[in-house]
Amino acid sequence: MSLLAILGVLSSAIFSGISLLYTTLGEIIDERAGIINLGLEGVLLVSASSGFAVTFVSGNPYLGVSVAMLVGGLMNMILGYLVINRQANQLASGLTLMFFGFGLSALIGKPYVGAKIDGLPRIPLPGISDLPTLYTSLFSFDILIYLAIPVAILVWWLLFRTRWGLGLRAVGENAETAFASGRNPRLIRYQALFTGGLLAGLGAAHLSIAYTMTWAEYMTAGRGFIAVALVIFSRWHPMQAIAGALIFSGAVAFQLLLQSSGVEISPLLLDTIPYVLTLLVLIAWGGNRKQSAPASLGRVFYGSE
Amino acid sequence: MSQRADTYTRSLFSSPKILNNVVVRYLLMILLVFVFFGLILLISGKDPIQSYKDIFTSTLGSAYGFSEIIVAMIPMLITALAVAFPWRAGLINIGGEGQLYIGAAFATWGALTFQDLPAWILLPLMMLLGMLGGALWAFIPGYLKAIGLVNETITTLLLNSVAPKIVGFLIFGFWHSAMDTVKTANFVPAALLPTFFGTRIHLGFIIALVLLALFWFVMKYTRWGLEMRAIGGNPQAARRNGIPLKGYLIVVMCIGGAIAGLAGMSQVSGFYGVLLLNFSMGLGFMGFLISWLAGGQPIGILLMSFVVAIITTGGNLLQLTRDLPYAVINILLAFTLFIVLARPKFFERKKT
Repeated sequence: MSLLAILGVLSSAIFSGISLLYTTLGEIIDERAGIINLGLEGVLLVSASSGFAVTFVSGNPYLGVSVAMLVGGLMNMILGYLVINRQANQLASGLTLMFFGFGLSALIGKPYVGAKIDGLPRIPLPGISDLPTLYTSLFSFDILIYLAIPVAILVWWLLFRTRWGLGLRAVGENAETAFASGRNPRLIRYQALFTGGLLAGLGAAHLSIAYTMTWAEYMTAGRGFIAVALVIFSRWHPMQAIAGALIFSGAVAFQLLLQSSGVEISPLLLDTIPYVLTLLVLIAWGGNRKQSAPASLGRVFYGSE
Repeated sequence: MSQRADTYTRSLFSSPKILNNVVVRYLLMILLVFVFFGLILLISGKDPIQSYKDIFTSTLGSAYGFSEIIVAMIPMLITALAVAFPWRAGLINIGGEGQLYIGAAFATWGALTFQDLPAWILLPLMMLLGMLGGALWAFIPGYLKAIGLVNETITTLLLNSVAPKIVGFLIFGFWHSAMDTVKTANFVPAALLPTFFGTRIHLGFIIALVLLALFWFVMKYTRWGLEMRAIGGNPQAARRNGIPLKGYLIVVMCIGGAIAGLAGMSQVSGFYGVLLLNFSMGLGFMGFLISWLAGGQPIGILLMSFVVAIITTGGNLLQLTRDLPYAVINILLAFTLFIVLARPKFFERKKT
């Protein structure tokens, strides 16, 4: 196999993994504050469709990305209202949000099925401009790819090096204690959900505006659930989420490599790698798991009344 | 929360006075849902009144429409039971979706391998295979939970995403028909569940009702039901009272899986007559929601499934006559569920 083919595989693996990294980071913030968002799939779909629609209408991909982020944040606010204010069950609320997302995104995206946009401009990696265009075109990435790892570091810094992050994690560990020490668990959970939604929206925007540059119904194809799995895989830690997203990308790359070298293995089986790996990792940790999962994940904070 | 939902539905059937309030409350909720979804329809340029009229005349207004509701209810009833059963023992099984797929795959294997058997042997065999498949898929989370390694919520969720891909692999790799790579060949007539009254209602409905009755009976009148509820209430106390906790957790989870597997079998054998790629599209999740909203109570499951089935069946029509994507009906469904989940203040029952 030629070097070019391998590089091509690498490039497409990076493109497909980035949206997942952003989404995983968003879900880490949600879960660190004690809220599991199973509706991620729906949030992604609505963000992707609305971001795409705005880009198509306005011709400005940056506007599209911003709208996708905002929509992600707002979608999470629905979940927030249900699980924080109404104290509804998080799993059921999340799944309902998912169904809502299926419907709403189909409605928003319907006029734009098959439409084409220019997408985010791609900038070649610095220092490779004298290579043949074949190579430079493979390694021209959009801004969201360049920003992915800095954003992961930013999320880590927010969660582990700021007072806000400390409060957020305290709420996720034990909302009652955090409340007793003067934090406002409800407010913090809303903030966490909104921030997480922004990041999920960013991931969705990368998918529809930068990577595929199209909209198709149900285009996320399970990425929301992969992200939920990767959060566990990365032990609720932003830096390890990079590793998680890399494994996903690796599986994609592996799949493409095998296909191009003529090996017969079903891509469907390779698709199961992220889930199976997460499961194996969970089993390997065994009892240590309790130290890494936020202790009050999924629990309702009833407040002081 | 679960306890609250429990007493909530229990009170529904004990006193007629509260029943009146509940009926009023549900009517108000439904009204609210219609207003919301009507707004969405209006924004997308459709006539809401006409759309609602279409939905109701097509489903409740005709015998055929009504039969289609029943058809849609079948998998919901069964998958809801697959959640309700382990829930009584305190296990949260979000894995109905995966168990359904594996059950369907096992049943399909039976249908394709033993084509020459007569229906009265083949169908029970397929049912058993479906249950076996679902049970095996549920054994993994059940076992991991029982030995205290991994929480069943996470495991079932992960396995949900794995199962459809395995089924896809089997279809693409081995089972696909000569004409079409995304589905198997049509089942032989002997592998199809019988249908009734010239409609699409199939034997799965009877199975669902029997399971529902069985569930109610086991929970209420047998020692197993009592012990399961004890485990659900306080696992450690149950263990110290001599209930074999680990065994129960595994068996209960497997039974839940077996029920979901049966739902998969009834879908491929009764509804489609063929195993299709990604045929479920969230039936297992729907079962989870229905079971949750019904508080795990048999009558509640029946009612909730009926309501959800009206909505999804109406959605087919909306797509045909109003030129909307089918998925849009999910908005109506989600509004309904949102409102039930949120239970607005003015619907709140009096504290008892």
